[in-house]
Amino acid sequence: MTRRLVLALAILFLAACGAQTGGASATSAPSQTGISVFAASSLKPAFDKIGARLQATKNVVTIFNYEGSQTLTAQIQQGAPADVFASADTAHMTTVESAGLLSGSSKIFAHNKLEIAVEKGNPKGIHTLADLSRAGLVVVLADPSVPAGKYAQQTLNMAHVTVHPASLELQVTGVLSKVSLGEADAGIVYVSDIVTSGQVDGVPIPDDQNVTADYPIAVLKSTSNGPGAQEFIDLVLSSDGQTILKAAGFQGV
Amino acid sequence: MSLKASVKVSRTPFALDVQLEVEQGETVAVLGPNGAGKTTLLRALAGLVPVEGRVELNGDVLEDSARRFRVPTEDRHVGLVFQDHVLFPHLNVLDNVAFGLHAQGRPEAREIARGWLERAGLADKAGSMPRELSGGQAQRVALLRTLATEPRLLLLDEPLSALDITIRAEVRRELARQLNSFRGVRLIVTHDPLEAIALADRLVVLENGRVVQTGTPQEVTARPRSRFVADLAGVNLLRGQGHGDHIALVNGSSVAAPDAGEGNVFAMIHPRAVALYLTRPEGTPRNVWQGETENIDLQGDRVRVRVQGPVPLVAEITPSAVRDLHLHVGAPVWISVKATEVSVYPA
Amino acid sequence: MSQGRVPAALLALAGLGLLFFLLPLLGLIVRAPWDQAIGAIGSPETGTALGLSLFCSLAATAVALVLGIPLAFVLSKTTGNLRSVIRALTTLPMVLPPVVGGVALLLAFGRKGLVGSILYQAFGIQIPFTTAAAVMAETFVAMPFLVIAVEGGLRSLDPRYEEAARALGARGWMVFARVTLPLLRPAIFSGAVLCWARALGEFGATITFAGNFPGRTQTVPVAVYVALETRPESAIVLSLILLAVSLAVLVGMRDRWLGAL
Repeated sequence: MTRRLVLALAILFLAACGAQTGGASATSAPSQTGISVFAASSLKPAFDKIGARLQATKNVVTIFNYEGSQTLTAQIQQGAPADVFASADTAHMTTVESAGLLSGSSKIFAHNKLEIAVEKGNPKGIHTLADLSRAGLVVVLADPSVPAGKYAQQTLNMAHVTVHPASLELQVTGVLSKVSLGEADAGIVYVSDIVTSGQVDGVPIPDDQNVTADYPIAVLKSTSNGPGAQEFIDLVLSSDGQTILKAAGFQGV
Repeated sequence: MSLKASVKVSRTPFALDVQLEVEQGETVAVLGPNGAGKTTLLRALAGLVPVEGRVELNGDVLEDSARRFRVPTEDRHVGLVFQDHVLFPHLNVLDNVAFGLHAQGRPEAREIARGWLERAGLADKAGSMPRELSGGQAQRVALLRTLATEPRLLLLDEPLSALDITIRAEVRRELARQLNSFRGVRLIVTHDPLEAIALADRLVVLENGRVVQTGTPQEVTARPRSRFVADLAGVNLLRGQGHGDHIALVNGSSVAAPDAGEGNVFAMIHPRAVALYLTRPEGTPRNVWQGETENIDLQGDRVRVRVQGPVPLVAEITPSAVRDLHLHVGAPVWISVKATEVSVYPA
Repeated sequence: MSQGRVPAALLALAGLGLLFFLLPLLGLIVRAPWDQAIGAIGSPETGTALGLSLFCSLAATAVALVLGIPLAFVLSKTTGNLRSVIRALTTLPMVLPPVVGGVALLLAFGRKGLVGSILYQAFGIQIPFTTAAAVMAETFVAMPFLVIAVEGGLRSLDPRYEEAARALGARGWMVFARVTLPLLRPAIFSGAVLCWARALGEFGATITFAGNFPGRTQTVPVAVYVALETRPESAIVLSLILLAVSLAVLVGMRDRWLGAL
């Protein structure tokens, strides 16, 4: 009785392991191939659409892993298997490249600028970066360890504005959700975040105070489907892909 | 000062239905087999169990279900002593005894408590923790703890049954002393007849939630009205219909008795009055039956032999008689009882 | 320690279980950058995070004691459907993902929250992003442990102690304070330790409701998460420090404080 129980548990355990590796590797069905894409969270709305497009046109199934660029970098360095990496800044891509984990070189595929997110209707009447230093205002930024947070600090420095944030969120989505819930009066996020959110209004930051984030994309050395990975990147750089990205609030290349 | 209680508690497996009156200066023992409802009765009087009925102490109504009136336990000023002391384990002896006094808001609580301990000869244990005491000491402290609050009604739940037999006698003597000097109403609950007879002025026999007999210990044992008391008193008890000079038992057998009267009756026969024979005896006894030896029990220098038959009885004979008759379990034997030895009284 | 042989199969499974706990700990110790550890331990950020964590977890435990013990007491005295409802409510935070708990707290106590909006409009009080918010988040997830431990203790308590106290004339509050509570000491203690440990490690609800700001709401778990991306060595050292503190408390707890009187 006990022996059978142990045997059953062992089989279950191995099956679970097998299922994981089976999914990540290539052919599940004869006419379909798959890839796994690690992308910065701000790319989710656009990349989901691009992934659907890829399946429709090239029959390649894409599995996405959306996290902060720093988390993805750490995962890749720890050996997480993926085919494509799209980062929210060049610094993290450089880190991965220096570690020799890229297959080939990276390409910039989009730009993003920063914008101030405010509650719908802008009840607190925020119009400039300087307004963010108003007393009594609850401002939320992304943590400097996140690219968006780093850029936000740069923007504020360029505008010579001192802000005392109530919180340094660990993900840009955290900033957005606090503003949209009404718990924060303002936050600094990407233009693309405001476009796709629809729950907040945006107050533009003039170009001379703004920071442009470059989004690079590359095939990873750990890829098990090089052609599929390249298909994805090609689609991203194509006019179709660029249209989708622009609709999501990015600037194209 | 008296307790007048009419208590009904409906709780599986049986319903308790008791009318009780206890006068001041009288110690009443509620006696009965385990499960008879004795503890439930006590807890009901203490206010720990809701009842249907009425409880009145010294003229104060403690509970009246008809008028939905109920005094909570803490306001009844009755004292409850549990079977196994239930001393507060985290307080020492002195604080245990002083607990009730503190609850009453007496500033000299500890001094009063110390006085009680000294009078009981337990002053040296004042600083001990309950787990350091012997069973007898713990039970005595529990009694002191209750007496210290000078309750109007003292309820004792099997006060000696948790103690070793060897120390029971000693604690019983002290308990009797304390009870005599207690100026309230006293009610003890027990299944131990020795305890009941030694401590009580009056017995109330409880069986299956109902009072089957009351009286002084002597009255009750002289005329048992239930199997339980009969076993207690060590006598045979039969029940049947009286027809003048004999009693008809339920199974049809007949027992000759001089004044059997009419109607439902009890017939009591002392085992000493039951004689055993190997063959059918000839002689004056009207009551002669054949039976089979069911059980032989040596008790000191007497032997109690239980005989099954049309009239099942226990006989008390000498060990030599057992030998002479070659009695063993299953042996056939004849019983005879003189009609004059059958004591009959109304049921 | 009880004598008697343990069946081999049980021993094997127990060994696996122990290994499961031990290996991550060993991984942490082995991979720690001990040369950088000293510097990291002394750094102000570490000290701030640790101090904040200790303060918040102890405060959360204090709140849990003040509110949780009466709650457990009431729970033990209720019966039937009401009891099931109350028990479900008090154990809900245990099954809820902590982030969900954080969102719920936001919706209740945030500026736009059920209660929070009243506090904000009437008194200008804002709870999110404050240290108080961190304490509330930790209390929310950790209090159920205390309630369950104390309720368990109450259920196993001999009811006759309370009856004896009442028969001696003690009223409700005196019975609770002088009899029930002292007898509950072991259950309260082990419940408080579980509660404190859970509060110390809380992350999801804290980050969602209180946010992240060094010195105000950046507790050690949050600091570890932040450090993990940019300075993994710091993260490991911080984790070790928290581990050491927790271990010290757990090991230091004597059986007799947990055992019966």
